[in-house]
Amino acid sequence: MYALEMKSITKEFPGVRALDRVTFSVKKGEIHALCGENGAGKSTLMKVLSGVYPDGTFTGDIIVNGRKQRFKSIKDSEKAGIAIIYQELALVKEMTVGENIFLGNEPKTFGVIDWDTLYLEARKWLKSVGLEINPETKVKNLGIGQQQLVEIVKALSKNSDIIILDEPTAALTEAEVSLLMEMLRQLRKRGVTCIYISHKLNEVMSLADSVTVLRDGKTVATHPIGELTEEKIISLMVGRTLTELFPYEPKQRGEKVLEVKNFSVYSPYQNKQVVRDVSFSLHQGEILGIAGLMGAGRTELFTSIFGAYEGKKQGEIRIDGRPVTIKNPRDAIESGIAYVSEDRKKYGLVLDMSVRKNATLAALDKLIRNGVIDEAAEVSTVNRFIEKLKVKTPGLEATVNNLSGGNQQKVVLSKWLMNEPKILILDEPTRGIDVGAKYEIYKLINELVRQGMAVVMISSELPEVLGMSDRILVMAEGRIVGELTHEDATQEKVMMYATGGGASGKTEAVLSI
Amino acid sequence: MEKQKLSFRFDIRAYTLVIALIFIAVLFTVLTDGGFLTSRNLSNLFRQMSVISILAIGMTLVIVAAQIDLSVGSIVGLTGGIAAILQVWYDWGTVPAVLVAILAGAAIGLLQGWLVAYKAVPAFIVTLGGMMVWRGVLLGVSKGETVAPLHESFVQIGQSYLPYVWGYVLAAIMCAAIFYGTARRRQKRARLQLPLNSAASDYGKAFAYAVILMGFTYMMNRYYGIPIPMLIVLVLGLVFLFISTKTGFGRYLYAIGGNPEAARFSGINIKAHMLSVFVMMGALAGVAGVVLTGRLNAATVGAGQSFELDAIAACVIGGTSLAGGTGSIVGSIIGALVMVSLDNGMSMMNVQPFWQYIVKGSILVFAVWLDIATKNKS
Ligand SMILES: Nc1ncnc2c1ncn2[C@@H]1O[C@H](COP(=O)(O)OP(=O)(O)OP(=O)(O)O)[C@@H](O)[C@H]1O
Ligand SMILES: [Mg+2]
Repeated sequence: MYALEMKSITKEFPGVRALDRVTFSVKKGEIHALCGENGAGKSTLMKVLSGVYPDGTFTGDIIVNGRKQRFKSIKDSEKAGIAIIYQELALVKEMTVGENIFLGNEPKTFGVIDWDTLYLEARKWLKSVGLEINPETKVKNLGIGQQQLVEIVKALSKNSDIIILDEPTAALTEAEVSLLMEMLRQLRKRGVTCIYISHKLNEVMSLADSVTVLRDGKTVATHPIGELTEEKIISLMVGRTLTELFPYEPKQRGEKVLEVKNFSVYSPYQNKQVVRDVSFSLHQGEILGIAGLMGAGRTELFTSIFGAYEGKKQGEIRIDGRPVTIKNPRDAIESGIAYVSEDRKKYGLVLDMSVRKNATLAALDKLIRNGVIDEAAEVSTVNRFIEKLKVKTPGLEATVNNLSGGNQQKVVLSKWLMNEPKILILDEPTRGIDVGAKYEIYKLINELVRQGMAVVMISSELPEVLGMSDRILVMAEGRIVGELTHEDATQEKVMMYATGGGASGKTEAVLSI
Repeated sequence: MEKQKLSFRFDIRAYTLVIALIFIAVLFTVLTDGGFLTSRNLSNLFRQMSVISILAIGMTLVIVAAQIDLSVGSIVGLTGGIAAILQVWYDWGTVPAVLVAILAGAAIGLLQGWLVAYKAVPAFIVTLGGMMVWRGVLLGVSKGETVAPLHESFVQIGQSYLPYVWGYVLAAIMCAAIFYGTARRRQKRARLQLPLNSAASDYGKAFAYAVILMGFTYMMNRYYGIPIPMLIVLVLGLVFLFISTKTGFGRYLYAIGGNPEAARFSGINIKAHMLSVFVMMGALAGVAGVVLTGRLNAATVGAGQSFELDAIAACVIGGTSLAGGTGSIVGSIIGALVMVSLDNGMSMMNVQPFWQYIVKGSILVFAVWLDIATKNKS
């Protein structure tokens, strides 16, 4: 029995056929993973399913629990028991957990909200999925992972029996990921059907019952998980086999380019130190990995170095041996630093602007002749990067908002590479990027490093840090607590440092956030 | 191929505006038995719209940067008053009086921009305060009197016309420039191997512009010629169109309005840009003040009152989003033309003033609603 069948779905945007006669069937009560490269059409398919693109803007049939459905809006699909959870959270931060769960759905007597019932119900729902959160805490006080779980509870409270998660774990720590997976397994026991989109194939392997792979808007195959391996999924996704995931190469370490001494950063909100007395150096021709749990102060440290953090800072920064003062990103860029932010929508892109304009935003000075933007040079530069990074876009003038998540990330990368920085800081550089493209980006980073660039790679994906870095610094609670070489580093060692010593279990330390 | 579709989609909005304008023109022409489309009336209409257009040009930049300037009406009044006082009471020549007025506008912009950019006081508050303060200053310095009359040369700024021959020469030069520009753009796109529209459609467009331009000049010349205020609008429009689309400054304004955080991370000096925008707005308001004073041959205490609202309305009708990040100079000028046509047409029909307000207000809301509705469709 299928909970859901999508038959011959075709969806076109101006200039792109995002979905081309896609067929997608999900059995009742299973966790069904949807895989595919960036721009393969995964998010679009789910938006079709959840009524974001209403009936009539696509062709094909949607059959839910044996009944053919025509969704005119998200409300319709919710009524049919479908809930979608986006990567960007849709919770009201200033409201409590309970209020959020029942937003628009509040229990009322004579039109007045019955708060006691609301919180009682909220507590019941939270408990039923094993979440120990007080429904009266404000959402803004929760970690991103817990917020994600609250979203799921919200979906459940609407009696949804098909839940869609579009890259739910992209921004989560490992501990939060395992919490989420545990919850999904419980839901499966209760007969809830779940569609799970992720680029992290290890999660897919351990969680899913079946996998459907999309490529270029077409269904490639659906297989039960038993017939698949990670390698098999990759080859279905990219249409060829990929032998190694991390093209590590030993490099010639050069001069010291960046030296940071006794560096401390204070939070702009409370009088709290978020980075404590950190010292390290970065050499030409090396990739320096920065590992640590979320909240370890990694982003604060490097946004401060880049001059973009709002809190106060203290300490010394030397570039090529000379002390520098960096008061704002402009200064940093002029000293040869580039910073690729972990949050592309907030800090990386002007969503309503074209691909071309976004890509040149940080390097526009180089394209200005006699005060006028040289559009010919602009177009050819952007084209070069689009080809190099294999950005999938209908054209340079396409609005960046219309690109798939992974392709947006590639635009952000182009923007910073265009500046030809000496020091490239990458904060979660491959978040939301598919395996094939990741590999291309790693190779590109290697090439840049070979040419003498120094790269800092902050990443919560341990395999990535371990696989690509020449040297790894581990941060915890604002301090650098360990340094490992490529040869020495293992997941266990990094986790041991990150969780503050002894603990071998990865989860306990963070579960009590 | 894909590209063509895209660019067509983007233009639809501009076309709706032009269609609306044509509709308004036809409607009023019918309702006034052709009176609306006479050379005399059109000439009047363009002179009327000049002040609002100049303000709308600056306001577009301000709004694109996600700011607002409510003080421009008062700045128009004050700068016009300063120029008139210098000339009438202190017998200054026209050139220095005009320059001081424009500089005064820029200085006011500098002060307001500094408060907004460097002291983080919201623009709405700063310029709402400015609206009252500058009106008060005007009242103080003019002692509540109407300052008149001005020298002949000052009045010419607002009232004179370009001689016929010059009008045609100018139009011919512009037509040549349009064709030359089209040819060059096509060459460049071909060299970059970008998709090209067909030659027929590109040159057809250029031809259409040329016809409109020549028709306009002819209509104006049938009366007294192209009004000088209109010429000022044209020049300023071209300059700021260039600044907003071809320079880094313009590009950065759109980025700042679209996503200030991303702009900051890209190394853009947001404060300096914000300050410059307000200075430009102030200077343009100074120009508008001079033109208005010249046209009326007098400076009054109430001059420019509520012009800020007309300018904002013109921008919004022209497709500029108050959320920042989108908008165009050309759109705003067309928006100003729509607003002023409504005024002018309804006055000709002797529609009572209360109706005029109701109609203009409704059209403003309708235009934005239409814009949002069509955007959601696509
Ligand atoms: N609103 C839109 N307008 C135009 N094109 C769009 C729009 N939304 C998506 N597309 C295009 O449709 C294709 C599929 O996009 P989609 O977002 O579904 O990819 P995805 O599989 O989710 O990729 P990712 O893994 O990067 O998130 C892409 O080529 C994208 O550029
Ligand atoms: Mg997606």
